[in-house]
Amino acid sequence: MNQAYEISHLLSGAMLVTSFALLYQQRVAAVLNAFAAQSIVLALAVAWAAWSSNRPDLFITALIAFTLKGIVIPVALRRTVTRLGIHREVEKVVGVGAALLVGLALTGLAQALVVKVASGTASHAREELALALAIILLGFLMMIVRRNAVTQIVGFMSMENGLILAATGARGMPLVVEVSVAFSVLIALFVFAVFVFRIRERFDTVDIEALDRMRGDRR
Amino acid sequence: MPELSASGAALGALAAAAVFATLVRGAALALVYPLCAVAALVLGAVDLRVLLTGTELTQQLPIGLPTIGLHLRLDPLSAFFGIVVNGGILAASVYGMGFDRAKELTRRVEPLFPLFAAAMNLVLLADDAYAFLFSWELMSLASWALVVARHADPESRRAAHLYLVMAAIGTAALLFAFGGLAGPAGGYAFDTMRGHPPQPMVAALVLAAALIGCGSKGGLVPLHAWLPLAHPAAPSHVSALMSGVMTKVAIYGFVRIAFDLLGPPAWWWALPPIILGALTAVLGLLYAVLDRDLKRVLAYSTIENVGVIFVALGLALAFRANGEHEAAAVAMAAALLHALNHSWFKSLLFLGAGAVLHATGRRDLDGLGGLIHRMPRTAAFFLVGALAASALPPLNGFVSEWLLFQAVIAAPALPQAALHFASPAIGAMLALAAALAAACFVRVYGTAFLGRPRSAEAAQAHDVPLAQQIAMGGLAFLCILGGLLGSVLATALAPVLADLVGGGLPRAGSGPTVFSLVAFDPARSVYDAPVIALFVAIASLTTLVVVHRLSARRTRRGPAWDCGFPDPSPATQYTASSFAQPLRRVYGTAAFAARETVVMPPPGDSQPARFSVVLVDHVWRALYAAPGRAVLGLSERLNALQFLTIRRYLVLMFAALVILLAIAAVTT
Repeated sequence: MNQAYEISHLLSGAMLVTSFALLYQQRVAAVLNAFAAQSIVLALAVAWAAWSSNRPDLFITALIAFTLKGIVIPVALRRTVTRLGIHREVEKVVGVGAALLVGLALTGLAQALVVKVASGTASHAREELALALAIILLGFLMMIVRRNAVTQIVGFMSMENGLILAATGARGMPLVVEVSVAFSVLIALFVFAVFVFRIRERFDTVDIEALDRMRGDRR
Repeated sequence: MPELSASGAALGALAAAAVFATLVRGAALALVYPLCAVAALVLGAVDLRVLLTGTELTQQLPIGLPTIGLHLRLDPLSAFFGIVVNGGILAASVYGMGFDRAKELTRRVEPLFPLFAAAMNLVLLADDAYAFLFSWELMSLASWALVVARHADPESRRAAHLYLVMAAIGTAALLFAFGGLAGPAGGYAFDTMRGHPPQPMVAALVLAAALIGCGSKGGLVPLHAWLPLAHPAAPSHVSALMSGVMTKVAIYGFVRIAFDLLGPPAWWWALPPIILGALTAVLGLLYAVLDRDLKRVLAYSTIENVGVIFVALGLALAFRANGEHEAAAVAMAAALLHALNHSWFKSLLFLGAGAVLHATGRRDLDGLGGLIHRMPRTAAFFLVGALAASALPPLNGFVSEWLLFQAVIAAPALPQAALHFASPAIGAMLALAAALAAACFVRVYGTAFLGRPRSAEAAQAHDVPLAQQIAMGGLAFLCILGGLLGSVLATALAPVLADLVGGGLPRAGSGPTVFSLVAFDPARSVYDAPVIALFVAIASLTTLVVVHRLSARRTRRGPAWDCGFPDPSPATQYTASSFAQPLRRVYGTAAFAARETVVMPPPGDSQPARFSVVLVDHVWRALYAAPGRAVLGLSERLNALQFLTIRRYLVLMFAALVILLAIAAVTT
């Protein structure tokens, strides 16, 4: 049984690594690749949890994660990016080094928090939860350190990946809830997509700073 | 209980009148006032019966909040204030019957008048916190809507806005007061509150909240700022109701909480009402003496009278806390009688001001003058009201002030040093207020009714319709009668006093005649109104006869002595401002930082000289303007938060999340 936890920790840890990778990518295409990698690792982690704890419904979750977030969304976003001609360097608000340091601090915070808050639960579930929380926080961080609308979408999806991971660790989350979460994320994605196209139409760029300039706001 | 059913029917009639008035237009609106008068008569009759028999009627209706219902109760205290309220409503309704059906009725005023009347009666009937606060708010909102009836005037809108804010603060304070009284068990019926008096600390907070809630409605300094703006802004018969009656409902609220619901008093509860009341009395009249608007002067005088009543209530609290029931009864009788008397003479004065406003279209004292020749009846009635407001014997204002001074004189017997030493100061401040009141009304009457007209409108004034004369005449009659029969009224108060302070006036009826009002000792503290009235009558008649005997037989009318300047302008008379100048020089510098500047043109220059006075309202500046500016400044700073970029909002959210998580990590 111990081996099962080792492997699930390995996969969760791999997701956290891809989260950090998301933070320091320079180009939009690379960001999308890292996101696809994270989603595929998520699918693997969920599938492993389904197999090891004998919960076959989780296979469906894994399948949704793999096809939708591992393949469909990255491919769709990549096509959008090529169509809009924005596959160049991503503008950042803070430097890579600072972003990574903040990310490290957030990971530490997640670890400390879960150790304190969930002290009653088994240690493996606790670590799983800490990793998931760190992934969520890093996704949020990604949303605020980038200026590009596409990378904001990716940050949002990365947060959702963390949520799924946490839900998998927490026993007893029904499939209905997961499906509805996935569905609402899909809706949000549509909204984002429409938004991106509108920005593009109007300002010829997807740099969200253009919105601020339009409003006469100084940075 | 047929009495409560009659009251309920009368309240229903008022509600029906309000609904009816929203549906019709034009001359049919005039039907509202007879209906209100009848309803007030019925309500007043029920109140009178309950007061005289000393009974207590209760009724529980299954409407209102679930599980609480609606508790109604008519005890002698409610009945007494009911008489005050319905007397005022009756007079205002009769006055309203005199309105010109074609021109003076609007759907902005007439539907709200019966609603306002019904709400004030409901406050008195309420026997649980919910019913009380509901009808209190109804009263506030109805009167607010009446204040804003002339919304085209920006002054009126400003007054209404300030009133709304202050009314909201007052109701919030009362909500806290009832919350404290209800205690952790949440018993919102007054009966439950009576059974469980709160802890001393809670009781102190409840008293403070009640003082804020009822004081802001009654115009206690420093919560008075809205009153002199809002009361005059309403139509005059509504001003009479607001000033004469609604302030009494506020006093009822304070009496109900402090004497009935809050349990046995501690001696120091007396200090805030006494000190604030004395300050209110003096400051109110200092404002009144310096103001130049007829109705605003009357509103400031209302503030003074509310202060006087609060002083009496505070003394009653102090005496009761020390077990001196006789003195407590005297102080309480002074408070209640002054509430009654003030409702009569202030309603009379406001109706008189309304008559002047109707006849001349002016409220500024410096534009009036000489009205005694053009509106003789109004002038006579107004004179009675002014004399009563100046507390001159044998009118009713004197009776209650006399009782109050008796209570003040008894105050040095109190064991607590603070009350002991404060009582002479309080007495001095009340005496100053009484003297200022006399000066104030001499000034008002002299400028508005005597002398020569200062404007064309004043010169063409004419007396008001009969109904309005009847309303004023009735009140003037009550002012005289209340002065002569003060002892009878004080005796009738016995059931109320028994409920509140444990006994009526101790020596009632021990004087030489039935009409002698005895405070403590029949040998020393007796006020015999009819004898004094007789003396005043004999003395003035004798003087009159002697003067007529000594003077020439026939009265001649000739031009007034013009000091050698022929055809002087009416502006050379004493004006309201010039009459107030000595008082402004004595008190204005300290109270309002008054500064006079005279700009004289150099010799040979034909420009007119300029004289200007600058007054600073310290209370307004410190307690209203400064917090207002602070809130405005803060909101302008925070306004920037509404125009951030999406990313910055996300940063804020993220920061909040991280900080909360960090706190959770550290503290758990």
